[in-house]
Amino acid sequence: MQESIDRELDAKGLKCPMPVMKLRTAMNEMEPGQVIKVETTDRGSVPDFAAWAKRTGNTILSQSEESGVFSFLVKKGE
Amino acid sequence: MLEVHDPASATVSALEERVSRLEAELKEVRASLPEDRLTMVVFSGDMDKVFASLVIANGAVAMGYEVSMFFTFWGLSALKKGRSVRSKDDVLEKAMALMTPGGLGSLTTSRLNFMGMGPVLFRKMMADKQVVSLPELFASARESGVRMIGCMMSMEVLGIKESDLVDGIEFGGVAMYLGDALQSRTSLFI
Repeated sequence: MQESIDRELDAKGLKCPMPVMKLRTAMNEMEPGQVIKVETTDRGSVPDFAAWAKRTGNTILSQSEESGVFSFLVKKGE
Repeated sequence: MLEVHDPASATVSALEERVSRLEAELKEVRASLPEDRLTMVVFSGDMDKVFASLVIANGAVAMGYEVSMFFTFWGLSALKKGRSVRSKDDVLEKAMALMTPGGLGSLTTSRLNFMGMGPVLFRKMMADKQVVSLPELFASARESGVRMIGCMMSMEVLGIKESDLVDGIEFGGVAMYLGDALQSRTSLFI
C-alpha cells in the first residue's frame, strides 16, 4: 500500500547533527499519523534516523538509496 | 442492567479498570527506566585516557553492564588499523593521517610524552606491575560485546575511511550515541 506523503523535507548536503534537527523541527509541525518524506546525503543519517525514531516514538516506514541520496518515509507517532 | 446496581459488581469493575490503568502506567514507566548500560564518549586519543576508558568498559562488563563506546575526533586514532595515507587524499587529510597516531600501539600520553618515550616507559612500567596491556583490554572489550561506534562526521572531517578502522565497528552520529546514552545509567566523556 502506498502511504500518502503529507510533507517533504530536503536535508541534502547537511551533516550530523543537522538532518535529525531539521526532521524534528518539521515533525513538530505535523499531526500524529502523518508521513514526511526526507532526503539526505549524509550516510550517518541512516543509523541516526533509526536511533532517533526509536527514542522519539516515530516510525521509519521505508528507506532507500539512489546515487548517494537517502530517502526516508517517517510516520509521526501518537 | 441489574449488575450496574449491584454494589459488589460495580466495585469489582471499578477496581479492574483501575488495575488495567495502573498496569499501562507501569509499562510506560518501565520503558523509560534506564538500562544497565554505560555509555562513553571517547574524545581523547591519549594513550592514558583510552586506557582508562577501556579499564572502565571491561569493569562495567564484569559488573553485568552493557557498554557503548562512541569514538569521536582524536579518539578515532585508537580504532585505526595503522597509518594510511592515500594518494587521492587532499593535502590536509594526508597531513592529518601523518600527524595522528595510527592505532592503539602508537598513541601518545597526555602528559610526560617526551617525544614518544613516555608511552614506551608507561608500557614497561605497566608490564612490570602486571597491569594488562592496552591491546589486551581492547580485545577483551570486543570479545565481551562492548558496542563500539565511530563518529561518521568527525571521520569525514579528519579524512578517516571506514576501512581505516578495525573490523566490527559500527558507524553513526549524535543521535545514535544519544540513543544509547539516554537509556544508560551512567555516561562518561573521556
